Amino acid sequence: MKKTIVAVAALLLGTSSVYAEVIAPKNVVYQDGAVSKSLTGVAGDPAAGRKAFLNRKQGNCLACHVNSDMADQPFHGEVGPSLDGVATRWSEAELRGIVSNSKKTFEGTIMPAFYIDSGYNRPLDKFAGKSILTAQQVEDIVAYLMTLKTE
Amino acid sequence: MGFKPFVTTALAIMGMAFAAQADENAKLVIDGQTMITQTKAPAFVENLDEIYSGWVFRSDETQALQLDDFDNPGFVFLDQGIDLFNTVDGSEGKSCASCHENVEDFAGLRAKMPRIKDGKLQTMEEQVNECRTTRMGAEPWKYSGSQMTAVTALISLQSRGMPVDVAVDGAAAPFWEKGKEIYYTRYGQLDLACANCHEDNYDTMIRADHLSQGQVNGFPTYRLKNAKLNSIQGRFKGCMKNVRAKPFKEGSEEFKALELYVASRGNGLSVESPSVRN
Ligand code: HEC
Ligand code: HEC
Ligand code: HEC
Repeated sequence: MKKTIVAVAALLLGTSSVYAEVIAPKNVVYQDGAVSKSLTGVAGDPAAGRKAFLNRKQGNCLACHVNSDMADQPFHGEVGPSLDGVATRWSEAELRGIVSNSKKTFEGTIMPAFYIDSGYNRPLDKFAGKSILTAQQVEDIVAYLMTLKTE
Repeated sequence: MGFKPFVTTALAIMGMAFAAQADENAKLVIDGQTMITQTKAPAFVENLDEIYSGWVFRSDETQALQLDDFDNPGFVFLDQGIDLFNTVDGSEGKSCASCHENVEDFAGLRAKMPRIKDGKLQTMEEQVNECRTTRMGAEPWKYSGSQMTAVTALISLQSRGMPVDVAVDGAAAPFWEKGKEIYYTRYGQLDLACANCHEDNYDTMIRADHLSQGQVNGFPTYRLKNAKLNSIQGRFKGCMKNVRAKPFKEGSEEFKALELYVASRGNGLSVESPSVRN
């Protein structure tokens, strides 16, 4: 599924020679918490990111964050800050870093690291060795967050 | 209560309709007896000033169900508990009542559990199963099964209104330390400790849930979610699964130690069993 998307994207871009590489969680490079390189080389899709943000089994970001762009949704959590205008406060690279592993930006935070696949205790078997989000879901969510600007 | 006033104000301005703050004036009075639902935290709970019963954080509707035993759905199971208490089972031809004539004699026990007995940490469930296996010649009940929760609720009800007073030092100390360590350890793919939610963020909304301090003074608890009585360790299991962690086993040394530690964080709150939660 992911392969097809990548292949299609590659065709669309006319760069058939460059087959985008997905960066594995352990190979992600953080600079002061920020990740400048796309995890997939494929542009994130903000509409897909909006869905993954909401989905309780994926980002479930609304569990902890208020987001006025989703005012139609019930139950915005209050554990973290409101994400209104978040793209005005943070760059794309910083947001990619925060979504991938927020502990690199906020030490000791309650916010889960969405793109690590090791280093946690006693995961349920079906989640062991896996990251919460796929690389493309991270890119999609980052693309969605980039739409949350205050003028 | 005034925690995170700022987030709440922001929400109020945005006009989002949820009751995110606990009403500290609400009083839990059952049968004329006022329950202590808020009190000063025990000195050994370093990061809290006040402790609160989970009741404080529930909606008005859920709170109301606990005010009157006729409305409290948990009482259906207490009737079953009374029947089980009087039912003969096992090779010795005895019921609980054969030896424990008055269930009222258990008054005060819930407030002290889990406790150290013969050098071991013992939960209420283990005590009941010890009587079943060694004194009745009967099969042990499933740790969080319906028979067990019905009978532990009956025993716990005898202590309702008494302040939780679990021993934390002396022989209990090593178990308590172990429980404390587990409480602050992050588990699961979401990498969260009990403390991240129930200490750092109580009285805030986590999506549709109003976070409490995760106190166990109301157990066994009737939950609207599954319409039955729930054991303490059954609840711990649920919270671990929610963070995508492999839970410890019910009755394991880890969960027993955690139960002792969590119970002690509620020292001073009234025993509320059987409480009503969502
Ligand atoms: C368990 C709660 C929790 C979840 C789930 C969560 N976050 Fe967070 N998030 C926080 C907290 C708390 C902070 C504040 C950082 C800190 O000090 O710990 C934060 C901070 C942030 C920030 C920085 C905000 C700012 O303006 O400073 C962004 C961006 C963010 N989160 C995005 C997300 C996204 C996207 C998701 C879903 C993929 C998500 N969060 C899921 C708790 C959470
Ligand atoms: C044959 C007699 C006998 C039967 C039957 C019996 N028990 Fe016991 N039970 C005892 C004795 C004796 C003790 C005290 C043990 C001790 O102090 O070490 C005890 C202790 C207890 C205690 C702890 C009381 C305290 O204050 O420390 C509980 C609770 C209890 N039993 C519940 C039950 C239940 C529930 C049943 C039925 C499932 C049951 N017992 C059946 C003899 C019995
Ligand atoms: C992701 C956040 C989270 C974590 C981590 C978590 N819980 Fe919970 N817990 C909840 C929520 C939400 C509820 C239901 C609302 C409430 O009472 O807080 C709950 C309820 C409880 C309750 C029931 C309280 C009552 O009044 O009946 C207990 C007990 C509890 N948790 C204990 C624990 C323990 C022990 C741990 C660590 C193993 C833990 N929780 C970890 C979110 C969490």
